[in-house]
Amino acid sequence: MKRRQFIQGIGVALAATGCTVIPRKAKAHVVVIGGGYGGATAAKYIRMWSEGAIDVTLVEPNAAFISCPLSNLVLGGSRQLQDLTLSYDGLGKVHGIRMVRDMAQAIDVDKRSVKLASGATLQYDRLVVSPGVDFIWDELPGAQDKVLHAWKAGPQTVALRAQLEAMPDGGNFVITIPPAPYRCPPGPYERACQVAHYFSVAKPRSKVLVLDANPDVVSKGALFKKVWAQKYAGMVEYWPNFKTVATDVGKRVVSELGERVQASVLNVIPPQRAGAIAVQAGLMNVNKHWCGVNFQTFESTVAPLVHVLGDAIQTSPLMPKSGHMANQHAKVCAAAVVDLLNGRTPEAAPILSNTCYSFVSDKEVIHVASVHAYDAAQKTLIVVPGSGGVSAAPSELEGEYGMNWARNNWADTLF
Amino acid sequence: MKALFVVLALASGSAAANGERLYANCSACHGTSGAGNGSALPVLAGQSKDALVASMKAFKDGTRPATIMHQIAKGYSDAQIEEIAVFLSSGKKK
Repeated sequence: MKRRQFIQGIGVALAATGCTVIPRKAKAHVVVIGGGYGGATAAKYIRMWSEGAIDVTLVEPNAAFISCPLSNLVLGGSRQLQDLTLSYDGLGKVHGIRMVRDMAQAIDVDKRSVKLASGATLQYDRLVVSPGVDFIWDELPGAQDKVLHAWKAGPQTVALRAQLEAMPDGGNFVITIPPAPYRCPPGPYERACQVAHYFSVAKPRSKVLVLDANPDVVSKGALFKKVWAQKYAGMVEYWPNFKTVATDVGKRVVSELGERVQASVLNVIPPQRAGAIAVQAGLMNVNKHWCGVNFQTFESTVAPLVHVLGDAIQTSPLMPKSGHMANQHAKVCAAAVVDLLNGRTPEAAPILSNTCYSFVSDKEVIHVASVHAYDAAQKTLIVVPGSGGVSAAPSELEGEYGMNWARNNWADTLF
Repeated sequence: MKALFVVLALASGSAAANGERLYANCSACHGTSGAGNGSALPVLAGQSKDALVASMKAFKDGTRPATIMHQIAKGYSDAQIEEIAVFLSSGKKK
């Protein structure tokens, strides 16, 4: 981030703390916490749809956006992390969003303020919280800092690829999957395909073992199982109902039933809940894991004027925790925020779509799609009957569409 | 753009405004406001309203083959499709 932008952000904080005589600005101010698919999209669309009439400040600790979607391709070897790393500059330069590179530490709902790690405070008229997930390491003794998750794209993705490259042929890659719901339902199975793709090219005597806490493949099950049976025959093994409860010396996993499995390269996807700031602010009110929202506005069911987006929310039935979905939450939220700050009633019956593409090799792709519409009687989003579905079979054509999806989604979120 | 928007709003009520928000459901694949970005797909902004409606209805009833659009189109009512088409047809063709 540029220093000038940072200082602008602090300027807002100083003006907002009220310790000087600077009069309150006439423009409404929205603070967005988190620059992922949810937060970045919300910030952009609030600016677009208010035609610049609402000031938006986006708080994000990372210097650049790194896409989780497509990051399994780094493990497969057909993409580099750099290909998935995008600048935040467009949000400031094109859309006039104040970018503050900092970490939100605490939300004071009564005072409508956000305290940052740097010590600054931001005042808001409405707040959008898009914190993603945090890992629940307490449930996995021995795993934290010893085993790679690579479930937030970044240095761990690169480190896991390096471990796969260093592994001698004839070894095994073991991936463990937590009980649903977790971020990106098809992601672990796509990862198994990507590692199998790499092994089939470079280490043909090696194996992939998928240890799934769930009773069956959570997403695109029939398609993934067919790919494993045909394309990666004898290479991928799938064990359902294997709930990992511990790891030891970083390379061995232990199940709830006491089974022990040795890995050459171990990848543990930990159980998840809403990100830390949601916990601090008391927004995580459903099952002690997720944040309840009103699906007409994505406003929290516990904190007025606070909206929650993305993987952190308690989803509606059959709604996945996906980057695409977070992008869609953001638009319903942005429309509602613009309406509410202008004294208008938000859309009563919003509608959202989801598309998840999974790469089963370097080129072939399968998808799952769904359309979710608000149901006033049930007060939630329900999949429109007859809509949605999955691919008939993997194809290279969908591989092109998958890459097209990534480029457009990144642009829609950031540029 | 703003002037155009006002004219459209007068011409077709709130259809374009609703359509803009509804279209945002499509932009993760088809680009913000239908512009497309290095796209393997046709640019939607600036296409004729009738062509857009005809395409969506053909996806919806299965007469136009697709990898995914036949599944997504079934999620939208004819009125919603009309509103999306009004918005897209008002956009600039690239």
